[in-house]
Amino acid sequence: MNALYSLLAVLALVLAGFACGQGAPARMVLATFVPYAAFAALLIGFCWRVARWAFVPVPFHIPVTCGQQKSLVWIRFAKIDNPSTRWGVVSRMAAEILLFRSLFRNNRARLSGGRLILGESASLWLCSLAFHWTLLLIMLRHLRLFLEPVPAFVNALERLDGYFQIGVPPLYFSDVILVSAMTFLLFRRFRDPALRYLSLFSDYFALFLLLAIAVTGILMRYFTRVDILSVKQFALGLAAFRPGASQALSALFLCHLLLVCALAAYLPFSKLMHMSGVFLSPTRNLANNSRSQRHINPWNAPVKTHAYVEWEEEFRDKMQAAGIPLEIENETEDAGNARTN
Amino acid sequence: MRDRVWIFAGLAFFVAALTCPAWYAVANGKASNKSKPPNLELPANQKECVAPAGTMRAAHMQMLIQWREDVVRHGDRRFVAFNGKVYEKSLTRTCLGCHNKEQFCDRCHAYSGVSDPYCWNCHNDPQTVAGSRTRSTP
Ligand code: HEM
Repeated sequence: MNALYSLLAVLALVLAGFACGQGAPARMVLATFVPYAAFAALLIGFCWRVARWAFVPVPFHIPVTCGQQKSLVWIRFAKIDNPSTRWGVVSRMAAEILLFRSLFRNNRARLSGGRLILGESASLWLCSLAFHWTLLLIMLRHLRLFLEPVPAFVNALERLDGYFQIGVPPLYFSDVILVSAMTFLLFRRFRDPALRYLSLFSDYFALFLLLAIAVTGILMRYFTRVDILSVKQFALGLAAFRPGASQALSALFLCHLLLVCALAAYLPFSKLMHMSGVFLSPTRNLANNSRSQRHINPWNAPVKTHAYVEWEEEFRDKMQAAGIPLEIENETEDAGNARTN
Repeated sequence: MRDRVWIFAGLAFFVAALTCPAWYAVANGKASNKSKPPNLELPANQKECVAPAGTMRAAHMQMLIQWREDVVRHGDRRFVAFNGKVYEKSLTRTCLGCHNKEQFCDRCHAYSGVSDPYCWNCHNDPQTVAGSRTRSTP
């Protein structure tokens, strides 16, 4: 049901995009007001959420690690999976953010002939890695529409992506990889009953929305075609705060635009905020040095204590009189040398 | 506490990256001029192309690849345009007979970030090769 509702929500957006592409007033609203509103929502919402996270106290030292901790010199320890220094943490975070290290550990449990079998399951890791990297590549390539003159690295990315020069305009491999990876990620949720039960509206919505963006983009590039000249003028106009919608912008382009705006406005309020949250996970970004360094909770309330030494001091006379053995036998002989067992 | 500096530095970096088109326009000066289209030199000798301007802008690359297919694989060089006019399917003679590669093709490709298409692996530009039409003019 969640899948169906989110698919319907995305389809409604697609229809709205096409409908807006028809009438002139709707085109104006969609090409001028909507992008700014969505972008403002993205910027303000994003900053607001990160700022709130920045002020959340992290009183406890709680790294969650996956390797041998640093202890005695002759025990080899996992420098990256169980970091003890700041550089170790930096490498661990880099492995997490750039390579999805923890997702690589994903495995599958199944019963076979009454025995539990744990197996490797790299497909989720591989597909999400492929999806995220190609998404980044596609967004960087889109800079050619927003920057004038086009920076050399954007041209280089474009050439790399269309390296095999298949078809005209050249097929981007990132498009093929993105759509295949997302299709896998979607079907992964459908296939496994347990996962289907766990999947929420927002899980499907993000996937369907991104898929719809990719599909409209691909239709525009390889099938219906679009006038890049007027798209670029439009995009540069947006960036220079002089928006204007040319008649040459097709309904499909406006649809692509509306979907992107929906994504931008939705992002700060959704699970997609993991893009900044991953940096702020205290279970990942702390060094596991709580054995070698004492971390005191700075918010600890002062607690009134009365240790045994103090207690013995208080009742020394009475204990001596009653013949009860004392930890510190004679105050004058070994003063302050509390013996502990 | 100590980490707040890093968090806000990261946030500032993200915001700067997201708003880079606006800064880029300012940095390159004359933000007002930049959204003007490139100055594309139009042919002086012709009023009309082989298809309406809108179609040419959006889909000339598909037409060219179709022409290549027709000429190289099927030996078919006759192109009947939308208005009934007949053209020869030839990049060098028909397209570049009117258009200037550098002031038309290249300018717009640079503007829209299209890397040099591989047409020029075989074709030369008749206007820079100083009248010589000795090399490949398929
Ligand atoms: C999250 C943001 C976006 C995603 C994921 C996305 C995705 C895509 C994809 C997958 C394509 C297919 C061709 C390619 O890979 O280049 C595409 C094409 C296109 N997109 Fe986007 N897009 C996004 C944002 C935008 C924005 C903001 C604009 C407009 C200002 C835009 C305008 C276009 C245009 C004009 C094309 C056709 C390019 C061509 O014909 O070569 N896109 N998009």
